[in-house]
Amino acid sequence: MEKSKTKKKRLVGLEKRKARAGYLFIMPFIFGFVVFMVRPFVQSLYMSFTSVELGAGIFNMSWTGLANYYYSFRTDPDYVRLLTEELLRMVIYSFAIIVFSFFVSLILNQKFQGRALVRAVFFLPVILSSGVMLGLESNNQLIENLQKTVETTTSGISITAGLQTILRTTGVGTRAFEKVFEVINNIYDVAMASGIQIIIFLSGLQTIPTSMYEAAQIEGCTAWESLWKVTFPMISSLFLVNWVYTVVDFCMRSDNQVIDKIQDMMVVKQNYGTASAMTWVYFVVVIAFVGITSLAISKGVYYND
Amino acid sequence: MINVDIKEDTFWERNRKTGGYLLRKRATQIAVSICRFILLFGMCFLILQPILNKISVSLMTEEDLFDPVVVSIPLHFTLDNYKIAADVMNYKVGFVNSLIISLTTSLIQIAMCTLVGYGFARFKFPLKKMWFAFVMLIIVIPPQVISTSLFLRFRFFDILGIIKMIRGEALNLRGSIIPYYLMCFGCMGLKDGLYIYMIRQFFRNIPNDMEEAAYVDGCGMFKTFVTIMLPEATPIITSCFLFSFVWQWTDGFYAGMFLGGRRLVSTSISSIVDSLGVYIQRLTGEKVAVSIAYSNCILSTATLMVVGPLIILYLFAQRKFVESIASSGIKM
Repeated sequence: MEKSKTKKKRLVGLEKRKARAGYLFIMPFIFGFVVFMVRPFVQSLYMSFTSVELGAGIFNMSWTGLANYYYSFRTDPDYVRLLTEELLRMVIYSFAIIVFSFFVSLILNQKFQGRALVRAVFFLPVILSSGVMLGLESNNQLIENLQKTVETTTSGISITAGLQTILRTTGVGTRAFEKVFEVINNIYDVAMASGIQIIIFLSGLQTIPTSMYEAAQIEGCTAWESLWKVTFPMISSLFLVNWVYTVVDFCMRSDNQVIDKIQDMMVVKQNYGTASAMTWVYFVVVIAFVGITSLAISKGVYYND
Repeated sequence: MINVDIKEDTFWERNRKTGGYLLRKRATQIAVSICRFILLFGMCFLILQPILNKISVSLMTEEDLFDPVVVSIPLHFTLDNYKIAADVMNYKVGFVNSLIISLTTSLIQIAMCTLVGYGFARFKFPLKKMWFAFVMLIIVIPPQVISTSLFLRFRFFDILGIIKMIRGEALNLRGSIIPYYLMCFGCMGLKDGLYIYMIRQFFRNIPNDMEEAAYVDGCGMFKTFVTIMLPEATPIITSCFLFSFVWQWTDGFYAGMFLGGRRLVSTSISSIVDSLGVYIQRLTGEKVAVSIAYSNCILSTATLMVVGPLIILYLFAQRKFVESIASSGIKM
């Protein structure tokens, strides 16, 4: 009895030591989180309820209640429009990115010559379209001109344009088609934003044991069926990961219009209070969106273990 | 010759034996690979085309830009654009500064993130779930949310009022690199949450036995980490380092907020069109309006010069970039 008690006590001691070591290891994070995240976070929340005045060498905050929120929703001419537009764009593009990267990773998972090269090319945007590079791409008019020249010289053989007119004249679900056209016209943006997602899907595809496909084939499954019955469930958890990553990545992009609006509010108009309020509204909306959608997706996720 | 004949014979014979199945299978295989080639070629071209365009534009003289006959192959080759862009951006200084800052910050970031990731992967301690939820939170929170108050915080920097007591006023740390280093030490740099997550995921997949053997042999916690676990984790650490270097290199947000005065390639490229006008004015002594085409040409050249080192890095370390994410076995 006595012996077992001491043994237990020693185990507790080891666990305690391990817990202490664990805390030591994550200490940098705790320090950084408390100093550089919690305080600014709370402060910016507080600032959204105040009007901030910058003086010489000091800044004052005076409580104004919900005035900043009232301003952003009721008075500011652009904010609500930009917010809804950006959210709609986010939904459509995230969906397009997921579909595109799933499709591409399916192709890249097959065996063919030059696979490594193609993979390297698809991953290149992760490096090239980060940070400041993203904004430069869109306002380079010379490149646009070049594209236009190429387009006009090859306009006679544009299949997509012909297809678009045919689909438009059918008159069924025209508005939905317009969105699809928009995504297709901006396929470059979609491809540029899906580097990481492709790799994540690829890594998932490679963990599926080939024996599963063989079994399915012997049972008389066609390739199409085994895509939906084997591949899709096996990597369904990665859809969740990719969805969250895509949405978050999308709302942090530097060409985001809401962020632009907020930056303008902060830097040009020096209206820190309203800028904070706008940021918070955007942040809460995005978090709620991510939360709800990922909850919905996680209901359909299949875990093999 | 004879061999081929025999082969074909056998193929058709085998085909007849299988009732046409073999031929059908071969035909679909070829069709699939042709379709795949066209699709992949198109998409690769889509991704590479802007870079190719930029290369061709950067080699053109100004008259080529306005020549309607010239589309992508320049008539008069020139390297002057590179010289001008380098002068305008002050490329050498910016390059060295960017290199130093990207290297140091990513070293600090990855060192800290490795420690934290290891702590999350291998130890049980109270409130672990909560802290890890906070890691997820910093992945999700856009840095813009806290930028206003961080900005004000570093403008009037103080630790519990100590500095104010000594110096009489708060320290202005804006424009100096110290705050950003501090943030890197606290794992609050660019995308640090993501690195913590990836490294933790990697450590979780290493079997427990090695660690336990080290503990049994009397190795301490920290020594085990350094001598046993770190060597195991070199692939993920190098790739996280590469990512962090690349993203730091092109980052404009943190650089603009904290390192205002310093010349970096990422900040100088965003203002290059304006500085080009100033530069030409200084050269010629009079105010000249720079044509949009030419300023865009310089912009393309400058973009190439900024991205160039990254592309070279990527060419050599491509495998490291791609395999890291695959190896970390991300799951939710």
